[in-house]
Amino acid sequence: MSDPRFHLALRMGDNSLILAQQNSKWCGHAPTLEEDIALANVSLDLMGHAQMWLGLAADIEAKGRTADELAFLRDSNEFRNALLCERPNIDFATTLVRQYLFDVWHLEQLGLLCAGADISVVEIAQKAFVEVQYHRQRSSSLVIKLGDGSEESHKRIQNAVEALWPYFGSLFENSDNDHFLFEAGISELPSSLRKRVVQQLSADCVQSTLILPDSVFWHKGAVQGHHTENLGYILAEMQYLQRTYPSSNW
Amino acid sequence: MNVLSVRSIVEAVLDPEIPALTLGDLGVIRDVREGKNGFEIDVTPTYSGCPATRVIHEMIAEALIKAQVNQFDIRKVLSPVWTTSWISELGKAKLEAYGIAPPNLGKSGPKSCPQCQSGSLSQISNFGSTPCQALWRCEDCLEPFNYFKCL
Repeated sequence: MSDPRFHLALRMGDNSLILAQQNSKWCGHAPTLEEDIALANVSLDLMGHAQMWLGLAADIEAKGRTADELAFLRDSNEFRNALLCERPNIDFATTLVRQYLFDVWHLEQLGLLCAGADISVVEIAQKAFVEVQYHRQRSSSLVIKLGDGSEESHKRIQNAVEALWPYFGSLFENSDNDHFLFEAGISELPSSLRKRVVQQLSADCVQSTLILPDSVFWHKGAVQGHHTENLGYILAEMQYLQRTYPSSNW
Repeated sequence: MNVLSVRSIVEAVLDPEIPALTLGDLGVIRDVREGKNGFEIDVTPTYSGCPATRVIHEMIAEALIKAQVNQFDIRKVLSPVWTTSWISELGKAKLEAYGIAPPNLGKSGPKSCPQCQSGSLSQISNFGSTPCQALWRCEDCLEPFNYFKCL
């Protein structure tokens, strides 16, 4: 069996990479200039995190693969990102809520990793943590404003929450590796974050006037590489250059 | 060439995004030492996705080669994490003179407008033209300005 830390780094890296790729499609198209810049900045941070996590994964694996090769030369069944990250952008409400749900989880997860036992994981988590605080602040204040905004904005944000909810649970799915990581004191079980994250979302709902779905049906399988068809489209675009011109360099 | 002079060459390199600051002011040069194969320079990134990180490494290499230091290795180190507390007091004063409000530790925004020093300010956006800056506006002179966010 391979080093369970490889899977942790891959999972963290893939989440950030796929979400950054999705968000970056808004560049030049966001509803306001400030939002355009904010989304691009968040994507840039996430891309930086992906680079660090995938770099760590490549080091742990020690098979001579680089972070870029992990990003551009794996097929969708080898990706370990949560299903939430690969949901299509659809509209600004969906993009924002996707980011919001991710940010609340992300900050919580990074905080726990910072207290873990593996120094390479801790270093990256600490670096990312301070940046993700800004992401969390931005997305929650926007969700609150729009949730408690006009009838139309409320409806759109509420609909997005309901549409994304079944994919959100993918962030809390345990794999066999997670038990090893937990035993080794490197990370908590993904499922153990669920309660805390949902509590934080509920606390925001007081202001945002949103209602969280009480459904516990969540799509599973991402930890084994079972993804929705949308990931294939994302990779087709993201990996186009390396697939068409293998080994081309900057 | 000794470690001290190499360090001063490296620290004098200007930040590519905010050329009012040197890398020394910014606090990203973590260590300079003499190794087996020349000088080893530890550099830490500011924001993890900041495209300037790569440029900074290239500019350090350029400055060293220009000073005829040809044996060196520039390494990226993550820990201890860079925060805005690493910016020197001189660096903060330079930022302000350049028109960027310096990080105001422990507060949610800048202390005063870098143009007119008014304290009547409002935030336009928490994200600005570079990953490290937010966009603010002065309610007195009405000028928008960049604020170097606290990390």
